[in-house]
Amino acid sequence: MDLSWMAWTGPTAIFFLVILMLVIGMGVWEYFVPGGSPRVGILRFETTRGDRLFVSLLGSAFIHLAWLGLVGPNLWWALALSVVYAVGVFRLV
Amino acid sequence: MDKSWNNKAWFLVLPVLLLVAFSAVIPLMTVVNYSVQDTFGNNQFFWAGTDWFSDVLSSARFHDALLRNLAFSAIILLIEVPLGIFIALNMPRKGLGVPFCLVFMSLPLLIPWNVVGTIWQVFGRVDIGLLGYTLNSIGIDYNYVSDPFDAWVTVIIMDVWHWTSLVVLLCYAGLVSIPDAYYQAAKIDGASRWSVFRFIQLPKMNRVLLIAVLLRFMDSFMIYTEPFVVTGGGPGNATTFLSIDLVKTAIGQFDVGPAAAMSLIYFLIILLLSWVFYTVMITNDAKG
Repeated sequence: MDLSWMAWTGPTAIFFLVILMLVIGMGVWEYFVPGGSPRVGILRFETTRGDRLFVSLLGSAFIHLAWLGLVGPNLWWALALSVVYAVGVFRLV
Repeated sequence: MDKSWNNKAWFLVLPVLLLVAFSAVIPLMTVVNYSVQDTFGNNQFFWAGTDWFSDVLSSARFHDALLRNLAFSAIILLIEVPLGIFIALNMPRKGLGVPFCLVFMSLPLLIPWNVVGTIWQVFGRVDIGLLGYTLNSIGIDYNYVSDPFDAWVTVIIMDVWHWTSLVVLLCYAGLVSIPDAYYQAAKIDGASRWSVFRFIQLPKMNRVLLIAVLLRFMDSFMIYTEPFVVTGGGPGNATTFLSIDLVKTAIGQFDVGPAAAMSLIYFLIILLLSWVFYTVMITNDAKG
């Protein structure tokens, strides 16, 4: 199957593989601990594990965009900040 | 002990997952791939990294189109939601008036976007359009082709005309589902018309209002065909919304990389705002 029209690159393939691994990981987590672990965190509304992953990924996208717009094109620090942010979301939100 | 969670049911979601993969995920992946590359056609791509994102983020043209879009969505939501609720509250609940009103309200929704645009383009014309000609005849200087304010008013009235019906029909569905017992209890308590609306009808319409606000926000934020047909994004760039700008960049200029970066930022903004709307309304619903 010719997928050249999709214009794949190494970095974008890794990006999507990481997202896929996260989704599979969440599926495995859900299998062993069903129910999504709903709780009310610092945002004062109920979130499940899936919600927390969504908030982490969406927030990370905006962290990268903000870094790109305000600091510069070196995004490794934005990635580190996003990981810290995601850990914070999973622990506190 | 009964198992309260059956994860095998997730397999039932597989067909939808496949459909969404082909219709949304694969195109989205392609857009992500395009956004980090440059091309001159012929399926040849050159790595550009995050350059297109930097360009879009610092582009005054993008900022202006985004602000126009946010202003447009805010204005039409502020008009369509209260107006839709008001009309739904005043529609008959019994008798022959019900089917008549429902069909009448559905009519604008059945008209294709480009036809709505064409109707209003002709309707607003100063030389032959009923609206444009009449306004100028009574001394009001109206010309959507040359005046940015008039162009905005035309595009907003057109959207209100086309889409308020959707809010009306959703609110009406919410209103007719309220059991009579609620109204009887309110009558016994001597509740005013406002109290009935505030404490019975509005809370019961919460869920349909959530759908209405989300649909209208997403639709208005993605609006393309109607303003494109009426004003073509002008006069100048006065009604160039994000989608119009995006199509100009992608198809008009064949700048596929910058257009892909722009569409991803556009997508993230829609995703964020829709999530905020959804969360706020669901949280209020749970509290109330």
